[in-house]
Amino acid sequence: MPATAAALPSFSEAIARFDPVMGMEVHVELGTITKMFCGCSTEFGADPNTQVCPTCLGLPGSLPVVNETAVESAIRIGLALNCQIAEHCRFARKNYFYPDMPKNFQISQYDEPIAYDGWTEVTVDTDQGARTVRIGIERAHMEEDTGKSLHVGGATGRIHGASHSLLDYNRAGIPLIEIVTKPIEVDAELAPAVARAYVSSLRDLIRALGVSDARMELGQMRCDANVSLKPKGTAAFGTRTETKNVNSLRSVERAVTYEIRRQAAVLDTGETIVQETRHWHEDTGETTAGRVKEEAEDYRYFPEPDLVPVAPAREWVDQLRTTLPEPPAERRARLQKEWDFTDLEMRDVVNAGAMDLVEQTIEAGADAAGAKKWWLGEISRTANDRGVALDAAGITPADVARVETLVKEGTLNDKLARQVVEGVLAGEGSPDQVVEARGLAVVSDESALGAAVDEAIAAQPDVAEKIRGGNMGAVGALIGAVMKSTRGQADAKRVRELIIERLTP
Amino acid sequence: MTESSLFKRTAAELAEAVAAGEVSAVEVTGAHLDRIAAVDDAETGVHAFLHVNREQALAAAGEVDAKRAAGEQLGPLAGVPLALKDVITTADMPTTAGSKILEGWQPPYDATITRRMREAGIIILGKTNMDEFAMGSSTENSAFGPTRNPWDLDRIPGGSGGGSSAALASFQAPLAIGTDTGGSIRQPAAVTGTVGVKPTYGGVSRYGLIACASSLDQAGPCARTVLDAALLHSVIGGYDPLDATSIQQPVPDVVAAARRGADGDLSGMRIGVVKELGGEGYQAGVERRFGEAVEVLGKLGAEVVEVSCPHFDYALPAYYLILPSEVSSNLARFDAMRYGLRVGDDGSRSAEEVMNATRGAGFGAEAKRRIILGTYALSSGYYDAYYGQAQKVRTLVTRDFEAAFEQVDVLVSPTTPTTAFPIGEKVDDPLAMYKNDLCTIPSNLAGNASASFPCGLAEEDGMPVGLHVMAPVLADDRLYRIGAALEQALVSEWGGPLLDKVPELETA
Repeated sequence: MPATAAALPSFSEAIARFDPVMGMEVHVELGTITKMFCGCSTEFGADPNTQVCPTCLGLPGSLPVVNETAVESAIRIGLALNCQIAEHCRFARKNYFYPDMPKNFQISQYDEPIAYDGWTEVTVDTDQGARTVRIGIERAHMEEDTGKSLHVGGATGRIHGASHSLLDYNRAGIPLIEIVTKPIEVDAELAPAVARAYVSSLRDLIRALGVSDARMELGQMRCDANVSLKPKGTAAFGTRTETKNVNSLRSVERAVTYEIRRQAAVLDTGETIVQETRHWHEDTGETTAGRVKEEAEDYRYFPEPDLVPVAPAREWVDQLRTTLPEPPAERRARLQKEWDFTDLEMRDVVNAGAMDLVEQTIEAGADAAGAKKWWLGEISRTANDRGVALDAAGITPADVARVETLVKEGTLNDKLARQVVEGVLAGEGSPDQVVEARGLAVVSDESALGAAVDEAIAAQPDVAEKIRGGNMGAVGALIGAVMKSTRGQADAKRVRELIIERLTP
Repeated sequence: MTESSLFKRTAAELAEAVAAGEVSAVEVTGAHLDRIAAVDDAETGVHAFLHVNREQALAAAGEVDAKRAAGEQLGPLAGVPLALKDVITTADMPTTAGSKILEGWQPPYDATITRRMREAGIIILGKTNMDEFAMGSSTENSAFGPTRNPWDLDRIPGGSGGGSSAALASFQAPLAIGTDTGGSIRQPAAVTGTVGVKPTYGGVSRYGLIACASSLDQAGPCARTVLDAALLHSVIGGYDPLDATSIQQPVPDVVAAARRGADGDLSGMRIGVVKELGGEGYQAGVERRFGEAVEVLGKLGAEVVEVSCPHFDYALPAYYLILPSEVSSNLARFDAMRYGLRVGDDGSRSAEEVMNATRGAGFGAEAKRRIILGTYALSSGYYDAYYGQAQKVRTLVTRDFEAAFEQVDVLVSPTTPTTAFPIGEKVDDPLAMYKNDLCTIPSNLAGNASASFPCGLAEEDGMPVGLHVMAPVLADDRLYRIGAALEQALVSEWGGPLLDKVPELETA
């Protein structure tokens, strides 16, 4: 088996012979105030083992009680993914031994998920423009998170080679929603981009629902990618691998690409794919074999006897349906139409993560082109330079709209507007404060402007003579002089009018 | 009052005496602590207690006395001592569930019922012996040695709650808490001549009850009289937001039912004798006492009919699939990682190896047997045939009850097929041991209320026999009405309580 990426067939070689089938499993930590089955805080970053109680530590005699808000979040996620919501469903125990699992079983859902049989649409950008792909959702179910193990003394941070392990149960019992897709079969060349777009769109949806911050870098959203290959034109699925903990959008795309190439290489040599979990390595861009699933672990699921079934009233579900935000794909299409952007323009806005900001800037009074220009121009550059998110660059949509208004009113010209934005980004205050402090307003006092024009004519009598003689090309030299004397704060169009007024009959 | 006149009195009498200032709670508590010291030796005595909390019990009694002195209203059981089964968590005492794997473990929290009893002014004397993790019918499965039956120290006191029943029958406490998964309150009550009630499932909080089988476990009151059990029931019962399976309805007025029953009038009550619970395998003396008790109930005005519950025959095998399945999962947490016993942690072994070594050393044979059975019953490929089928039987048993309760108000049977057997007789024969719970298991499967009341001594061995009464879900009050009626009739027939006949124990 080829050991390095360089020895593998290229992606296009791989998909020339094989079609990939994907399945995505995404875990989302809900942003509830308390844990799934007890009243402990879920706040991130507390000292180890300070947010624990008898229940989330699994102490003898303790019992779980379901967090209603978590159930509500699960139902809203299910509805937003166009799922059926179970009228009656049970929790189940998933039994296996691991030190970071306090009870040595996880309370999860097995054959009765709260939400099932849904779909969502994601948009991918292709050479032929944006394409919308429908992803089937198998199920979304509720479960509790485990604690965290810290393996000490080994080289890799993994349990192998460690001298001992430390356990932190603060995370134990934090509510999770696991969202599982149906098999995803798309045009082979789109597969990695679709995987990425799905996770990205799911993240946007979770955030729009307000049920989690879904920050992948904090583990609030974790993705496992299942990939299998089948020879082109055949129907039966191949053996799949499950690449665990692919925790950034870019990694999702890279990991799927890598697995497609790796599996193609294995199949090319006539070997078979081993059904196993694989680890993703961000640094090398490769996956390595983890636990072999050949002897499938027997979790001995059975209905959790300490909890009563969840039976959400239909009226409640209907009421929750009215609280859903617009689906991200629909919203993107609607805004593109409203803003009159081309596919390419819209893609730039989305890729820059500027859709919300542009929308808010327009709501604050700017026009679409102006809003896009600022967010994708000056502000993006500054944010990139500082390595911060666009919305943390130091300027608000209201500020940007105000700058645009000042331009429209003639108070600022384009050059001055740039200076104002620069001032706001530098922390000098609101656009009006920057105009005031830097003295940047366009000179609009007619008499002052007239005086500056007269001064320029007097200073360059030869140029004035040419204009009088009908050489309009010479006007520019006088405009330049006026702009210089007003430090660029004059409206060039008005200056031109004044010069011509004075020098032509 | 003399010490013996204190520890022989009922809880209701003691509470009244404390409230009236005839005796202090400290005196009452002291008398019982002295009695424990006299008769409860682990080697030669009853050995009901695993842990006695002398100082704290006296301190709690002192608080009750101070409240009374301050003119505060006392609860109906304030100042009355109680023996707590060692499967209920206590923040001030170890809780072992009778297992080596939890030896010395001190919970950081009180169970809901522990808290309710403390708030009511009940004095917790200590923790009582039990079969490990409540699995057994003789208390011989305790990791800390067996408890002996006060009627005959060579015989078992029942199980799993043998410590609680023996404490009552040897006058070490007038009240006790038991837990009943397949009969662990009722069978010990029957074989010691005491009263034991398994409330409706969900009627008493399980928060802080170390689980044996979560869908079957139910804590309940144990006492020497029906009224005392009712008083304790009303203290511990009722909805608890910490237990999702707790019922959000008021507990029926069991105290009023016990008082009403003591009038001795059962007219209008319809009683069904379960056809399937008797006959072959039942000891003659047990059947005789049972038959007489049913006759008494008839004389008190109840209408007695025979009722068939055909699926009760399958209750025992179904129970022995459901119970171990839940046990195998509930007992998984005892892994040496967070609390309790840790074996083999010498720095050379992995966490998994330490888990294995600890569980191997910490669990007794019966716990291991049931963990293995349950693990097998839940494994993929066997689940439908074992756990799945057993759940179907459970539904059929529940339907048998529902159909029966359309014809009658309560069902009756003997509580156990036999009286207390000699210690050691069945330790090597698990199946014979399991048959002790033949009559009591159906109520655990269906979750309805049931109880055992003393109904005399079997002539062949002089050991107590229990009448088993089963009532519908949330009709716990019917148990008390019938129990109290039977009690007053039999006590007057016997010329005193059955427990007056317990042999005097040698005191240390």
